[in-house]
Amino acid sequence: MAKKEYAFYPGCSSQLKGSASNYLTSVNTMCHKLDVKMTPIPDWNCCGASISYAGGGELARHVMNARNFALSEQHLPGQDVVATCAACWLGAKETKEKLDASSQLMAEANEALKEAGLQYKGGTAVRHMVEVLIEDLGYAELGRHVVKPLEGVKFAGYVGCQTNRPFGIAGESFENPMYLDKLVETVGGEALTKYEQKVTCCGGALAFSEPDKSQKQIRDIVESAYDAGADMIVTPCPLCQANVEVYQSEINRKQGTKFDMPVTYYSQLMAVAYGATPKQAGLDGHIIKPKKLQEIAVKVVPAKKS
Amino acid sequence: MGAPNELNLTALAKYSNDFLREVEERVDEGEWVKMCMQCGVCAGSCPFGPDWEHSPQKIFMMIRAGKRQEVLTSESMWMCTSCYNCVVRCPRQLPITQIMHGLASYANRLGLAPKMQPTRQWSLQFWDNCTRTGRVNELKLTLGLYFKDGLMAGIRKAWEMRNIGLGLLMAKRLNPFELLKGHECKDKAGIHRMLKKAQEIEDRRRGFSK
Amino acid sequence: MKSAAYVCGGCGLGERLDTAQLAKIAEKEGKMELVREHPFLCSAEGVAAIRKDIETEGVTHLALAACSRRAKTEAFRFDGAALARANLREGVIWVRPDTDEARETTQEMAADYVRMACAEVKKMKLPAGSAQTGHNKRILVVGGGISGLTAAREARETGYEVVLVEKQAELGGWAAKLWKRMPEREPYAEPVDTGVDKLVEALRADPGVKIYTGATLAATGGAPGRFSASIALESGPAVTEEVGAIVQATGFSLYDARRLTEFSYGASPDIVDQAELEALARKANGGPITRPSDGKEVKRVAFVQCAGQRDDSGKHLPYCSGYCCGTSIKQAMYFKDANAAVDTVVIYTDLRVPGQAEDFYRSAQKKGVTFTKGKVSSVTPDGKVHFRDLILDEDVVLEADLVVLATGQVANSGVDIDNPEALDANGAKPVSILNLGYRQGKDLPKLRHGFADSHFICFPYETRRTGIYAAGPVRRPMDIAQAKEDATGAVLKAIQAAENAELGRAAHPRSGDLSYPIVRLDGCTQCKRCTVECPFGAIDEDEKTYPVFNESRCRRCGTCMGACPVRVISFENYSIDTVGAQIKAVDVPDEFSEKPRILVLACENDAYPALDMAGMQRAHYSAFVRVVPVRCLGSVNTIWITDALNSGYDGVMLMGCKHGDEYQCHFVKGSELATYRMSKIDDTLKQLALEVERVTTLEVAITDIERLPKLINDYADIIQNKIGLSPMKGFA
Repeated sequence: MAKKEYAFYPGCSSQLKGSASNYLTSVNTMCHKLDVKMTPIPDWNCCGASISYAGGGELARHVMNARNFALSEQHLPGQDVVATCAACWLGAKETKEKLDASSQLMAEANEALKEAGLQYKGGTAVRHMVEVLIEDLGYAELGRHVVKPLEGVKFAGYVGCQTNRPFGIAGESFENPMYLDKLVETVGGEALTKYEQKVTCCGGALAFSEPDKSQKQIRDIVESAYDAGADMIVTPCPLCQANVEVYQSEINRKQGTKFDMPVTYYSQLMAVAYGATPKQAGLDGHIIKPKKLQEIAVKVVPAKKS
Repeated sequence: MGAPNELNLTALAKYSNDFLREVEERVDEGEWVKMCMQCGVCAGSCPFGPDWEHSPQKIFMMIRAGKRQEVLTSESMWMCTSCYNCVVRCPRQLPITQIMHGLASYANRLGLAPKMQPTRQWSLQFWDNCTRTGRVNELKLTLGLYFKDGLMAGIRKAWEMRNIGLGLLMAKRLNPFELLKGHECKDKAGIHRMLKKAQEIEDRRRGFSK
Repeated sequence: MKSAAYVCGGCGLGERLDTAQLAKIAEKEGKMELVREHPFLCSAEGVAAIRKDIETEGVTHLALAACSRRAKTEAFRFDGAALARANLREGVIWVRPDTDEARETTQEMAADYVRMACAEVKKMKLPAGSAQTGHNKRILVVGGGISGLTAAREARETGYEVVLVEKQAELGGWAAKLWKRMPEREPYAEPVDTGVDKLVEALRADPGVKIYTGATLAATGGAPGRFSASIALESGPAVTEEVGAIVQATGFSLYDARRLTEFSYGASPDIVDQAELEALARKANGGPITRPSDGKEVKRVAFVQCAGQRDDSGKHLPYCSGYCCGTSIKQAMYFKDANAAVDTVVIYTDLRVPGQAEDFYRSAQKKGVTFTKGKVSSVTPDGKVHFRDLILDEDVVLEADLVVLATGQVANSGVDIDNPEALDANGAKPVSILNLGYRQGKDLPKLRHGFADSHFICFPYETRRTGIYAAGPVRRPMDIAQAKEDATGAVLKAIQAAENAELGRAAHPRSGDLSYPIVRLDGCTQCKRCTVECPFGAIDEDEKTYPVFNESRCRRCGTCMGACPVRVISFENYSIDTVGAQIKAVDVPDEFSEKPRILVLACENDAYPALDMAGMQRAHYSAFVRVVPVRCLGSVNTIWITDALNSGYDGVMLMGCKHGDEYQCHFVKGSELATYRMSKIDDTLKQLALEVERVTTLEVAITDIERLPKLINDYADIIQNKIGLSPMKGFA
C-alpha cells in the first residue's frame, strides 16, 4: 500500500513519445521514490487546453473535463485527480468550480455525459502535482529523500502563468510565488529568487500561431535567466518547457543571440536528487542538454539508509 | 446556426444597452462587462498588450458604446495567451481571459471574425484534432498548422523547423508514426455523442436555436 | 506672594547638571524665598513635599526646574498656585551631547532656564475668572435642512433645548425635495427613503424644540452663554430668543444652470438640473419618468457630470461638490428601476463616490447603467450631447430624450465681511444670514470659494466666531450622510461652548483656560488694532470707540496683546511682563566669549511640542538658544524683540504654525499677523545698524521633529559665522 494514491491525469503532451514525455518519465521516477502511487485515469481524454475556445463551446469544454472526473470517480473512487500539466490542471479546476457552483450547469453537463454512459457526482478534488508535493508531503519530507543534493547549480525558477494564476499554488503570491525556489532549495540547488521574468508569459499556445510575438517574450525569459546567473531554467509547465527550450535556436537565428540555456522540469531535479539515472530522470529528452544535471546524475554516491 | 439577421445589420444606437445585452446573453461571462470601471490595469498587465488593436479596457468600453461591428471583427481578443495576469489584478475581479475567449468564440460563430486570423485557425484545428480521437495527435496538429496556408507554405515552414523537429525526434518527443495513428481514447463514439449533446444544450440556452 | 523653586534630579538631570548650582541660582539670582532639591520630583513623595509647602509654608508661586511643561501635567497640578516650568529635560539635557566639552554650555543653558522660570512666575497672577459669564445653554440652529434638523435632534437627545430658525415655509431643505436618497447602510445597493418626514415630525412633536419657519435673523449679538437673537417672521412681529451657542447649517444653493450657456439650459424643458430631475421622479412616483416637454416616457437619458464645476477657466465653480456623481448614479437607478430598457448614460470626468458609495456604483452597473469617461463640450436644445469619449479617444454625438446636468453647491454663507459688495458664485448679492452686531462684520468669515471658514486641519466646525459652529454644506461641499455626521459634531461643540461659557473657561484650543484679556483703558489710544486684528472678532467698540472685550468670545490667544502698541492688554498669567522678564533674566555673555544668545519664541501648539519631541529623539541643537513658549505668534509684542536686541541677544527666531489658505495656525490668523508685523521691523533694524537676519520668522509644523534642530543649527551658524555677534552687547 503506497503512502499516497492519486488518480493521474497526464494530459496529451505527457504521453509516450509525446512532447513532454521526459516530464512523464521524471514524474514517474520521482513518485516512485516518494512512494506515491499515480494511477492514470482509464481512457482519460484531452482537456481542450486554453486554446479550444473558438471550436468548442463553453459547455463542451466543461464536459471534456467532467468526463475525466466521472471516469476517475468510477474507477478510482476517493482519490484526488492530479494533473502534471498546468493547462490541464487550470481547465479542470475551473470546470470543477463552475459545476460545483451551478446546479444548472452540473445538470446540463450530466445530460451530455449520459450520452457516453457516464455521470459526474461532484466533489472530486483537482490538484496539480506540485500541490501534492508541497501540501500532502511537505518540503521536509521531500528533502528527506535527497541523496545527491544539487550543490552549486544555479536555477532560475520560471513559474510561468498557469500554475500561478488565477488559482495559485499553496496560497502563494501571484506577483512573486516562491514555491519553485523552495523546491530547488529543498533538493540542495541554489535558487535565484530575484529572477525577474519569473511569472512572464511565454506566449503559451500562441507560440504556434504568433511565433514572433511569442519569441519576443521567450527572449526576455531566457535573457533574464542569463542576467541572474542561471545555469538552467526549471519550470512546472510542459508548454513553457517546450516553448522556452525549443525556440532558442529560432531566436538565435532571427535575433542574433547565442542562447543555449537548458530548461528542465522540477520533477527532473527531484529525480536526480533522489538518485535516479539520467534516463530515469528523462535527461535524455532535451534539445539543449542539461549538462550540470547529467553530471550529478552519473555521480556515484553510497546508498542512503532511509 | 447564427444569430437573427437583424442584429447583424442594424446600426445600433450609440451607448445603448442593446449590444451589451447581446454580449450578456451570448458570450461566456458576458454579464461581467458592465462591471468594468475602466481603470486600465488589464491593458497594462497584458504580455502581448501592445499588439492588441484595442486593449481589453477599450473592448469593454466599445461594447458599452454599442460598437458591435468593430468589436466582433477585431483581431484584438485573439491576442489573448490565457496568462490570466489581468484576471488576478482586476479590481472588479472580472474574468477577462474568459470574456476575451468568449468574444472570440462568438465572433467566430457569427462569421465576423477575421478569416485569416492565425490563432483563430489554430484554435479550430486544435479542437478538431483533440475531439477526433479524444486525445491530441501532436504531429498531425503541428503539420496541420504548417500547411494551413497551402502546400508550398507548409513545405517551407516544415523545412524551416527541421532542426527543431529533428531535435525533438532524437529526444523521443516526436513520434513520426503519429501520422498513421496517434494516441486515442477507446470510447471515441461516446465522446462524440457527448460533445454533440453539449453543443445542443448550450445553443438552446443561448438562443442560437429553439 | 511666597515664591518657591524646586530643582529635580531625576531623568538624568542630577547626572548631567550641577543641580546644587542651579538651586543656588534660584536662591540668589531668582530671589526665590524657598529653594529645594529633590531626586525624583514627580514621585508621590516629591509632589507631596510641594503640596506641604503650599499648605504649611504658604507658597503661592512655584517654579519647577524639571521636565517640559507638557509633561507630568497631572502630577504637577497645583490649583491655587501660579506655576512656571523650566524645561531642563526636553529643552536642555536631551538636546545636548553628554560629553565633557559640552558640560559647561549645557550647565549655562540650564542656569538660564532656571532664571527665566523664577522671573516668569513672579509676574504671574492666578486667573480669577471672568464676571461676564453667561448661563444660557439653549442651542440656536440656523437652517432647517437635514444638517439643522440633525443638529436639533442630537442636541435634544443630549438634553439641551433648541431654537430652530428656517427661512422657508417648510422644514426639510433639499432632502425634503428628493424622491429618494443614497443609502447609508449595508448593502448600499438601492436608493432609500430620505427619512426627513419622520425627523421633522419628531421635532415638531418635541416641546424642547421651538421652531420658527418663514423666519430669518434680524440681529444677533452677545457671546457664548449669552447670545441674543432677534428673529424676523413673515407671519408677525419679531421675536427675541436668548441662547447659549449657535449652529449655522444654512446649506447650499444649486449653481445656476442658466450660466452654462454651452449646455442650452433654459432653451429646452428637457434639459434639466438634478433638482428638477428629483421633481420629475416625485411626479412619476415609482413609474416611468416622463419628459417635461411632451409627457412621453424617457427612453434615453444622459447625465452630464461636473457641469459648471472643476472649471479652470474661472467662469464657473473651480471645485468638486462631492455629492453629484452619487446623485446621478441614484437618478440613473430611478430610470432603471422603473424600466430596465431605458438607456442611461453617465458621462463623467472622474467618478467620485465618497463614503461607502463604491458599492452603490457597482449596484448601478449591475442594473445596466452605462458609464463613460468623457468631456462634454456642448448640449444642443434638441438633446444632442457633444462629447469626447476619453477612453475610446473619439468625438461622439449622443442623442438623448432627457439631459440632466450635475451642477454644484454654492454655500449659503452670507455676506463676505472682507468684501461686503462681492457677489456670490451665482452672480447674486448675498444677504446677511446672522446679522451679527460684531464690529468685524455681520456673518461668519469665509475662507475659500465662499464657504464658511472652519479650521480644516485641526478643528472642523470651528469657525472664526467662538460659540458659532458651521455644519453641513455651508462649510464645505458634502452629501447627506456627511452632513448628518457634521451636524452631530458641530452641535456637540456648541454644547461644549455653552457649558464652558458658564464656567468662564475657554473651550478650545486652550481648554480650561480661566484667564482673559485685561485692558488698562486709561492707557488706550483707541488705535483699534486689537479690535481689527482679533482673529475671532471677540472685541467690539463702545460709543467712545474704546474696545469692548467679550470674554466668552475670546480664545485667549493674545493676538490683541501682541497688537497693542502701548501694551495695555495682558492676561493674569501671560503678559508683556511674564515674557519680558524671561527675556531679561537670561545671562548674556559679552562679545568676546563667542557664546551667542538666540531667543526662540515658539508657539505652544506646533513649535514647542516639536522642539520637545526633537528632545525625545535626542536630536541635538545649539547650546546658545533660549526657548520661550508663547500662546501664539500673534501674541508676540514687538517690545519683546526690542528688549531682546537691546539686551544683546544675537538673534531672535519666531516659530509658528503655517498660515495662508492651507493654514494650520490654531488661532487662524496669529502666525500670519506675526509674519506681517515682523516684515515691518526690517527698517527699524537697519536704523539700529543691525542686520536683518537678526530677526527671523519661520513656519513650522508639529511634525518638523527633524527639521527644527536643523533650522536652529543653521541659524546659529549664520550668527556665529556669517554676521557675527550683536554689536549691541554691553549697552543694556
